[in-house]
Amino acid sequence: MTVEGTSGGEPLEILPGHSSGGRLERVLRAGHFAVTTELSPPDSADPEDVYLRARIFDGYVDAMNATDGSGANCHMSSIGVCALLARRGYSMVAQMSCRDRNRIAMQGDVLGASAMGVANILCLTGDGVQTGDHPDAMPVFDLDCMSLLGAVRRMRDEGRFLSGRTLTTPPRVFLGAAANPFAPPLEYRPLRLRKKIEAGAQFVQTQYCFDIAMLERYMERVRDMGLHERVFVLVGVGPLASPRAARWMRENVPGVHIPDEVVRRLEGAQKPKLEGMKLCTELIQQVREIGGVHGVHVMAYRQEETVAEIIDASGVLQGRVPWHPQDAGEPDVLRAVS
Amino acid sequence: MYAARQWSVRHARGLEALYGVLEPVMVALHPLWRSLGYRRLERPVRAVERTVKGFLFDCRMCGQCVLNSTGMSCPMNCPKRIRNGPCGGVRDDGSCEVDRHMRCVWVAAAEGRARMRSPEDPVQRPLDTSLLGASSWLRVVCEKSALPRGADAGR
Repeated sequence: MTVEGTSGGEPLEILPGHSSGGRLERVLRAGHFAVTTELSPPDSADPEDVYLRARIFDGYVDAMNATDGSGANCHMSSIGVCALLARRGYSMVAQMSCRDRNRIAMQGDVLGASAMGVANILCLTGDGVQTGDHPDAMPVFDLDCMSLLGAVRRMRDEGRFLSGRTLTTPPRVFLGAAANPFAPPLEYRPLRLRKKIEAGAQFVQTQYCFDIAMLERYMERVRDMGLHERVFVLVGVGPLASPRAARWMRENVPGVHIPDEVVRRLEGAQKPKLEGMKLCTELIQQVREIGGVHGVHVMAYRQEETVAEIIDASGVLQGRVPWHPQDAGEPDVLRAVS
Repeated sequence: MYAARQWSVRHARGLEALYGVLEPVMVALHPLWRSLGYRRLERPVRAVERTVKGFLFDCRMCGQCVLNSTGMSCPMNCPKRIRNGPCGGVRDDGSCEVDRHMRCVWVAAAEGRARMRSPEDPVQRPLDTSLLGASSWLRVVCEKSALPRGADAGR
């Protein structure tokens, strides 16, 4: 089965109470457990490279994030990737990092992205330039994630730029942000989530979760504050390819918390890659049981081929089949019910 | 100075009280400032402010001070200049993602805020780069005295 009215490619009709014509918002507002994933843009100017990278997720995810110079490394722009794929009906989340552009460029990009059919924008502060392949670059950080959220919301809801100038057609976008329940100061993280909601976040995708107990403590506080009713929470998960990869990530990717027992479990495995996938599957199943969690965001950098299998094994879609490019234009009733 | 900056966060409550006393006095003296001319005062006040706050907070003279909302930890020392931190990159030991030898200024802010009597934590507006280098003190006094902004507020 599919979620009613989502079988056509984007953009869809904007329903009452919705901000965007995107499938991700529809799936979440219809109360389904959403699955998103991450597409890493190629170091290439060939659109085929983008289509190839997207195809691997067909029929398994409700939306795809295209990263924006993740880890401060240079790749095809998120907006370029999103525009190519949105035109083929895919549901895209354009990531916008404050690291590389000032408020003039970013607001312009929001209009451009929306005009090209991108329904979701994820506002990020971004990694520092020193982590990437251009440590000599100028770190811009004119806005931060919070003020970017506010700026885009203002464009959408008030039809104005930060400067106050009026837009003729506002961008209809579903607004997202990142959250990291696993980085200090832990007791402040739920308060920061509340600030992001106040600034305009409608959904959040979290940093990789490898520590369920820590996530549970965070979500308990989120529920106590009633935040789970004001924002959709998608928990980040992903397979670890080997104990070495786990240790490297822990040391080198800012804000990733991997407990020792996770590394030990991979070390003790005969086939670490399979164990990593199994761990990820289990995490998804555990995350699903936590109150206030509305979905998962599966990040499998350089292991994208494992995503479909992990989602299948987790059973998290419960027979629901997310949009597939071949469905475009096909009425819901013709869809096979699996 | 890094050590002084950390001292300021530890004494956020005392500094908050000090600000609480000094600000109304400065505002009450508005007629005096006006007679001297805010424009003429800008340079000497800026020099004093830069010296005092530079020592206490490693102040970068952003011209739009938010120390009362940041537990006396100056956000301009964040390598990403985040006005609404902390970002998600804070290391497990509370140090900065960019500079691992520095304690995250926003982790410090949360500690300082916890020590203050009436800490605020609003969503901060983006930095107004046209105010960089200007005196924050004079601007606040000027605004709190309900003088229309720009009327006599020289930069």
